[in-house]
Amino acid sequence: MLSNKSIAFKLTLVITLCSTCIFASLLGYNYYRSRLVLRKELVRDARNLTTASVNRIETVLTAVTKVAEGVARSLENTRPTSEELSSLLRSTLAENPEIYGCGAAFEPHATGTDSHPYITYFHRDHGRIVYAPGDTLNYLQQDWYQISRETGKKEWTEPYYEGNVLMATCSVPFYETTDGARHLKGVAFSDVSLDWLTELVASIKVLKNGYAFLISRYGTIVTHPDRAMIMNVTIFGFAEAAKDPTLRELGRKMIKGGSDFIPFTNLKGVKCWVYYAPIPSTGWSLAVVFPETELLDQVKTLSLTGALIGLGGIMLLTMAVVLIARSITFPLKTLAGATTAIARGDFDVELPPVSTQDEVGKLADAFAAMKSSLKEYIKRLTETTAAKERIESELRIARDIQRDFLPRTFPPFPDRQEFDLYAVMEPAKEVAGDFYDFFFVDDTHLCFVIADVSGKGVPAALFMAMSLTLIKATARYGLPPEEILYRVNNVLARENDSCMFVTAFLGILDTESGEVIYANGGHNPPLHLKHGGGVAWLARSGSLMVGVMEDAPYRCERILLEPGDCLFLYTDGVNEAINAREEAFSNDRLERRLRALQGFEIKDVVFGIMADVRAFTGEAPQFDDITMMVIQYRGE
Amino acid sequence: MVAAPSTAKRAFLALAAAVFCVVASTSASAAERTLKKASFIPAWNPQAQFAGYYMALEKGFYQKHGIDLSILNGGPETSTSEYLHSGKADFAVLWLATAIRERAAGVRLVNLAQIIQKSSMMLIARKSSGIAKPADMNGKKVGLWQGPFAIPPRAFFKKYGLRVHEVPQSYTINLFLHGGIDVASAMWYNEYHTILNAGIDPDELSIFLLKDYGINLPEDGLYTLEKTLKNDPTLAKGFAQASLEGWSYAFAHPEETLDVVIRYMREAKLPADRMHQKWMLERMRDLVIPKENRRVMGRLTRNDYTAAGHILLNNGEIRTLPDFKAFTEQSDAQQ
Repeated sequence: MLSNKSIAFKLTLVITLCSTCIFASLLGYNYYRSRLVLRKELVRDARNLTTASVNRIETVLTAVTKVAEGVARSLENTRPTSEELSSLLRSTLAENPEIYGCGAAFEPHATGTDSHPYITYFHRDHGRIVYAPGDTLNYLQQDWYQISRETGKKEWTEPYYEGNVLMATCSVPFYETTDGARHLKGVAFSDVSLDWLTELVASIKVLKNGYAFLISRYGTIVTHPDRAMIMNVTIFGFAEAAKDPTLRELGRKMIKGGSDFIPFTNLKGVKCWVYYAPIPSTGWSLAVVFPETELLDQVKTLSLTGALIGLGGIMLLTMAVVLIARSITFPLKTLAGATTAIARGDFDVELPPVSTQDEVGKLADAFAAMKSSLKEYIKRLTETTAAKERIESELRIARDIQRDFLPRTFPPFPDRQEFDLYAVMEPAKEVAGDFYDFFFVDDTHLCFVIADVSGKGVPAALFMAMSLTLIKATARYGLPPEEILYRVNNVLARENDSCMFVTAFLGILDTESGEVIYANGGHNPPLHLKHGGGVAWLARSGSLMVGVMEDAPYRCERILLEPGDCLFLYTDGVNEAINAREEAFSNDRLERRLRALQGFEIKDVVFGIMADVRAFTGEAPQFDDITMMVIQYRGE
Repeated sequence: MVAAPSTAKRAFLALAAAVFCVVASTSASAAERTLKKASFIPAWNPQAQFAGYYMALEKGFYQKHGIDLSILNGGPETSTSEYLHSGKADFAVLWLATAIRERAAGVRLVNLAQIIQKSSMMLIARKSSGIAKPADMNGKKVGLWQGPFAIPPRAFFKKYGLRVHEVPQSYTINLFLHGGIDVASAMWYNEYHTILNAGIDPDELSIFLLKDYGINLPEDGLYTLEKTLKNDPTLAKGFAQASLEGWSYAFAHPEETLDVVIRYMREAKLPADRMHQKWMLERMRDLVIPKENRRVMGRLTRNDYTAAGHILLNNGEIRTLPDFKAFTEQSDAQQ
């Protein structure tokens, strides 16, 4: 899918996607961690704040409790007169600025014999301590009296309104023991105004909109930012209105004196966190509430800033990647265009200017170098090709000229019946180093020569031309073979700076007698094919190759050919022909083949051997010039 | 807790429609008359227990019946029968048991309408106090309201042969919540819900609804003195009729009704818990229009009367049961 998109596109896409992924996961992790850390911190703060507030509330309430307990103890141990009781209550109130009022109320039977009134109560009124006789009948069924009376324990009432003042009362029953029986004598009590409590709880601020509320032992909301709820509803009524069983559960945990940090959703569906802790003396519970959104506001702001920075960064990165990718691919694109042009042969195409030293710069440099090298090479190739073509053409001419050196009309002397002769030369290259020749030195003496110049190619061909001319010219004097070779050797060896030489077999046939006198200058010995059958090698002369050393001696040898006998002369291109397995054709094989060809026309013998050599070498390239000559003596 | 099934809703919607037709036919003549002044005292502080009367006043039903009604503030210190007797109020809400006892004692009260059709009083204990059946209450501290409100529980104790330690119970349930008593008196529509909303779950409570134990003393009824009725039968009849119309309206428009009730409570400087009043209004509907059998709203049946009378006779509250016809003179006249 992406394979046909440009490198710049792929690079930009991959890098942008990868960095976005990395950044997003980093941001997510950071958000998650920050939330945890912040929540932890907030729990700690909430707990500290709540604990501190609870302690402050508890201090006051404990003091109030102590007052009621003190009064109760006094009334249990002593039987104060009403004046003494009034003075006790008045001084107690004066010593405890936290409390609003305190008093003692007596069971009805207790007054039967006593002079105590039913109830004695003092309370503050605009800074003064005043005596309030109170209702003498109805207190028996009021919570502050009855609950403590029935439970026989110190009890805190649920908060209640006294006029416009929110109050709570702590009651402690006191007893009298008569005749070993313990009878309830009355209830001592102290009131506290809860205005300070409302203020204290209202002063608890958590974050922006976090608040605290206090519920009584049975869930009545005592303080709350929403004043309509105060003393009107319980947390359970609130839960009922919200149809929220979890809130009811929270309320139950709170009134059971637990403390915890828990999430809950308020009436408006806002997710909040609540930390709550009990106020031990009254069984009330203080809760601190804060909306989760605020808890997360900081994290959100942080994450949002992070996201914006990241977004900007990714955009910059993308732009940078686009620029870099372009700076890489633009020259590449231009180079690609240039390559197409160069492929068409346009070496003058303009290459893009690349100033950088990076890989692209190096590529462009290399490309420029390649272009000029190619241009130079093509130019040289054109020249070389032209030169080679010229040389080849010259060589072709040289080959023709060289061919013309050698007699190629067979039979060469159709009017002479006493002998026949056939020769062939196959050069390995355009021009050859081998040669043969034959000519009459007088009417009855035929001079024939076969030779092989050292080396191959043009030098060998030139040397061959010189050697052939020299031999032919020298032979015209009617000299014997060894003298011809001796003279030719001296001429060739004298100015032979290139150290070339030639092997040559030179013979002179007496056409009347069939006698052949010959000299061998280092050439392969010819074979004598006898008319009656049998093949014999001519003995090796042991003379030096021609042109190697001045004044080298050559020997004259003789052989008499019977009518029908043949001489087979050849160069080493025949017996040393190499096949693909690096095996030589060999003298043995040559001898065997000649035996097999005995009785054939001399032309067929030459072609037969040639065919054998070709068959032997197979696909292997011809390594050396192949030259053969056969002379048959027929006699009269 | 129990929403009225839709059939019941349709029933009283139909009833309300019928009532409106009656009102429409009579209102023309009523408007020409000058309004007669009358006063009415509910049995307690303003709350949804009296929603029907507040709504009848609010929606002008009393006016349509030619009555310029003033609703007095009841409360813990107020005896409604004393108000009737002394002439401080022309009409009052009394419990059936109270009214029969008063009538038997010579006070010439007449039942104009029986609003609550079945007893809603209950005794409540914490399961944790080991009370699961009536016998478990033996020797336990039981909170009883004073005066006629103690009659049904005492009948219950007598029926089950229980000896309990009676403790006077105030109009809060704090004594029970604090564990000062083992068993509390409660009204289904009021204290029971207050206890639930003090954080105690229903499954933590043992509940004895007295009517389930054969003590069926239907509570709120509308009463007047015989002479008041004789003086102006139309007024008394109109008052009862308008009150029932008020109830029908209240049940058909609970939210509007709650607004009005809360307003009355605020004016009386009482804690106003809307959810609690909602509960109370819903329970009132269950009590005023019971779904068990087909009853006519506001009608005191002879069976209910006789059954209540026997309970009172058995418990020594009365010596003779007053004549049903005399007790419900107006009702008979209507029939």
